[in-house]
Amino acid sequence: MRRVAKLSAACIASAALALTATACGSTSSEEDSSSSTTDGGKGVKIGIAFDVGGRGDRSFNDSAARGADKAKEEFGGEIKELTAKSSDTEADREQRLSDLADAGYNPIVGVGFAYAASIGKVSAKYPKVSFGIIDSVVDAKNVNSITFTEEQGSYLAGVAAALKTKKNHVGFVGGVDTPLIKKFEAGYAQGVKDTKPGVKVDVQYLSRGTDLSGFSSPDKGKEAASGMLDNGADVVYAAAGSSGNGAIEAVNGVKGAWAIGVDSDQYNIPGLAKYKSSILTSMVKNVDVGVYDFVKSVHDGKPLTGVNNYSLAKDGVSLATSGGFIDDIKPQLDAAKKKIVDGTIKVKTTP
Amino acid sequence: MNKLTARIDKERLLLGLAAPLLALVAAIVVTTLVILATGKNPGAAFSDMLTYGTASDSQVYILNKATTYYLAGVAVAIGFRMNLFNIGVDGQYRLAAFIAAVLGGALTVPGWIAIPLIILCAMATGALWAAIAGILKVTRGVSEVISTIMLNSIATAVIAYLLQPGKLAELQSGGTVVSTTPLPKDSYFFSIDTGPAGELWGFIVIAALVGVAYWFVLGRTRFGFDLRTVGQSESAAAASGVSVKKMVATSMIISGAVAGLIGMPTLLNDSHQFSNDFPAGIGFTGIAIALLGRNHPVGIALGALLWGFLERTTNHLEFEGYDKEILGVIQGVIVLCVVIAYEVVRRYGLKRQQQRVGAELAAQAAAPTEKQEVA
Repeated sequence: MRRVAKLSAACIASAALALTATACGSTSSEEDSSSSTTDGGKGVKIGIAFDVGGRGDRSFNDSAARGADKAKEEFGGEIKELTAKSSDTEADREQRLSDLADAGYNPIVGVGFAYAASIGKVSAKYPKVSFGIIDSVVDAKNVNSITFTEEQGSYLAGVAAALKTKKNHVGFVGGVDTPLIKKFEAGYAQGVKDTKPGVKVDVQYLSRGTDLSGFSSPDKGKEAASGMLDNGADVVYAAAGSSGNGAIEAVNGVKGAWAIGVDSDQYNIPGLAKYKSSILTSMVKNVDVGVYDFVKSVHDGKPLTGVNNYSLAKDGVSLATSGGFIDDIKPQLDAAKKKIVDGTIKVKTTP
Repeated sequence: MNKLTARIDKERLLLGLAAPLLALVAAIVVTTLVILATGKNPGAAFSDMLTYGTASDSQVYILNKATTYYLAGVAVAIGFRMNLFNIGVDGQYRLAAFIAAVLGGALTVPGWIAIPLIILCAMATGALWAAIAGILKVTRGVSEVISTIMLNSIATAVIAYLLQPGKLAELQSGGTVVSTTPLPKDSYFFSIDTGPAGELWGFIVIAALVGVAYWFVLGRTRFGFDLRTVGQSESAAAASGVSVKKMVATSMIISGAVAGLIGMPTLLNDSHQFSNDFPAGIGFTGIAIALLGRNHPVGIALGALLWGFLERTTNHLEFEGYDKEILGVIQGVIVLCVVIAYEVVRRYGLKRQQQRVGAELAAQAAAPTEKQEVA
């Protein structure tokens, strides 16, 4: 009987705890709802649905975040950020976008191609809200499709890698073998071959198919880059979201080896400051420009729609020069850029 | 004697309910502490979960999610009932959904023929994939835990190889999503339109039927009895004339066939194609749900609903400014608490039983001596 008493006492105590927790909840939730009705008014209410990794991935999502931050600084207002989980289903993404639309956020930006289908559905439900989708195309009247010519920027990264390698051996670490990341690989490989045909290019993807973990596993990135370095490569280009941080770390451990960053100018990312002496350059994808332009257009009352392709010609993609490590090869890079812009070089989008 | 069995049954029922309740309460307490540690108000979080989670559109979302999770839970539970850890449900359902999507995209027959064909194809694929592990176990003694984990990776690789433009898939506009050929409109499974709340997937009917079949086969047939016997003691089952090897292979195949259904609600009711963003990892969710539901058809349903509820409401918690990692914490804590609570309650029940038997024996032994003394 004593055990029963003990057990029931434990039950009652924990239930009581839980009850007190919910009891004090009802009042504070009222406060919550009243405060949320009073805010807003001035400026733009930007809703951002990030891809896996979210703000702080030092790469793709951060770039989008910078664009939104800049817009907020200029136009005032607020930013609401939600972040994808790797176990997301379509319903979760739709919920995220609908929650933002319901709360009056406009514009709403879906960062990453994973949001393509859900933006298609949600944009139809909220015809008065402007949606932006990055890295994909959604055909709807109130959607701005923001795309980039990653292969062109990666071509330049390939040129830089070919000119900087001493062992005639370079590597490419891709996050997931999606068509998007293959554009990076294709451009990079072509850039290397066009500059120095004898250079060997190692390619490795961190995860494949439906397994998107390769975009958010720095450990896998580190392992893959270490493998390439052990194999004799001395320049590694990582297009792998936050997994790229691991690749950069691995390269930093080898003297004379270079890493090429992606999406953001990773030389200037505080979290990577320890390794910046190894970051040759970064293939910057100006997602921030795309996001900023979109928010600005909504703020001005003329929302962008249709497909807006940010190409090398429009500086949508570029090589970062921070650190000055590629200053000596600037003429070759400029020449390559000119050839791509005027169409002499056609960069492939598939390897 | 009758009175005694009635009391034991009542007590067993109470104990059965005590475990999940204890687990839930403990999980709530731990979650409260975690939210407090992040400097937020847990009360507001719980009340937001309640109000948001009971809204009509949330109900539809939860039921749709639970449909998928229920099938996953049952697929895992079939293995659990016979002491088989089918960790490979994840790979089985992904491969099954992929192959079924390819077939569905290629079929041009009317929907009433195509839909059953797609579902059967998925079940067959799941069963075949699981059969590999089953056969390895009975012929070579390979642990199904190891082989199914490996088969998961192989399934991922097979899908990645075939899901390429030019093989069994096509590139969609925008150049970022690869998918199989979309199913024709005729092959969409029916869904129930609930107005502004969204669409309730019709596949919930199939999930319910699977639940009934699971209950019937395991609880009311010779096969189910054999299966449970093997699960409890292989040697006892063999002694009573059950072929253990045959049972292992069969139950693995059935588990795989049900696993094949997991992707079907998504494929037939929602995405209508298999693309590189098809939900992954549901097989592992199924393990948690089967544990939570104690392999019981109703328990698994409750577990699946709870999971759907948690996902729905924690998504919204992120919107309210709480950390999105809360979901993982709550789910992990619940599973841990469930496992611990079941063990605690089981041991407690065992002790009670021993005490009662002891008391009875003591009473029996005491009775004659008393009489002797009187005499």
